[in-house]
Amino acid sequence: MCLGIPAKVVEIKEQEALVEVAGLKQKIRLDFVPEVKVGDYVIVHAGFGISILEESEAQETLKLLKEADVIP
Amino acid sequence: MGVSARFMEVCGTHTVSIARSGLKKLLPDSVKLISGPGCPVCVTSQEDIDYAVALARQPGVIVATFGDMVRVPGTETSLLEARASGGRVEVLYSPMDSLSLARENPKEEVVFLAVGFETTAPLIARTVQIVRAEGIPNLSFLVLHKLIPPAMRALLTRKEVQLDGFILPGHVCAVLGSRPFLFLKEEFHLPGVITGFEPEDVLLALFMLLKQKKEDRAEIEIQYRRAVKPEGNIQALKTMEEVFEPQEANWRGLGVIPDSGLGLREPYSGFDARRRFPLNITGSREYPECRCGEVLRGVISPRECPLFGKACTPDSPVGPCMVSSEGSCAASYHYEERP
Repeated sequence: MCLGIPAKVVEIKEQEALVEVAGLKQKIRLDFVPEVKVGDYVIVHAGFGISILEESEAQETLKLLKEADVIP
Repeated sequence: MGVSARFMEVCGTHTVSIARSGLKKLLPDSVKLISGPGCPVCVTSQEDIDYAVALARQPGVIVATFGDMVRVPGTETSLLEARASGGRVEVLYSPMDSLSLARENPKEEVVFLAVGFETTAPLIARTVQIVRAEGIPNLSFLVLHKLIPPAMRALLTRKEVQLDGFILPGHVCAVLGSRPFLFLKEEFHLPGVITGFEPEDVLLALFMLLKQKKEDRAEIEIQYRRAVKPEGNIQALKTMEEVFEPQEANWRGLGVIPDSGLGLREPYSGFDARRRFPLNITGSREYPECRCGEVLRGVISPRECPLFGKACTPDSPVGPCMVSSEGSCAASYHYEERP
């Protein structure tokens, strides 16, 4: 149930956004991610965005994973 | 690394992610992963399940729920079976879908089963605010939300399971941040790592936990930094605070824990389903040989339950741990091989 899916924001209209995951579009509420911008990736849970994915942190995690030989 | 350790995760999505990835087979025997009370459907008490089923059997009531609750066996029957006998049960993806359901069925009363931990509670809080603002008369909420930190404290206080640290739930922490988990370090000298859900996230978190253990440190660290800030999601926390207040809750496997559940505060208490439907539920009891409680506390693993795979399977479950999509027993059944 905590399965928050990362989705790309393609359109914003007031309190809602259209997001895309694997080619499928979905409408979500932005009450908890008011500062989101088009092009951002958000974690979606039950129709609401709950967190904006920080790209720099994602890159940092990837770097750590490479150093620990977890990923090539 | 030369360290032996036992770590617990308290999130059903971690349970499934770990089982599906086969991670446990890659770990040395000295590192053990244990599942705790991380599945919100599984920790719902039998009495609360029976109440939901009783609601579904009421004429003029539509029970709206996340899909996971539908097959959980209550004392007599499940929501799915209630539907088969003529009760109305609708599976929704989002709590906001309950508004259109209520509008489309103006002569019925819709009750949304608000199950979930701190990732989900803010969503229901926001939904309740909107329902009140829009004056929807025929929608109420059965609030069954529970809070993870008090359950962890209760579990640790029991001292049944020897643990060296926790894999902390990534999306609960996207909402809560890291502060509510500082008690692990302050009261129990245990480390915790807030972890994402990819297998690589879990491996990295284990590395971080083992490193802490080796260095005899007990800190709350964030592995899932791409989604979790130490302060959490301020807006979600504010919304939760505005709509809900902590109250005691009855956890399957852990009993009644003070301040571990949520209730609607004023001016929202009129949306409490228990107020609108004061049904008297008696005779609730768990199946006598069901050991879900011990599985939820990490005392036994799913396969140590004598009913596992025999009397209890996903198709004919005895308890919620085998039927919920995030249940430990279901995860073990679907993804792990017989040892």
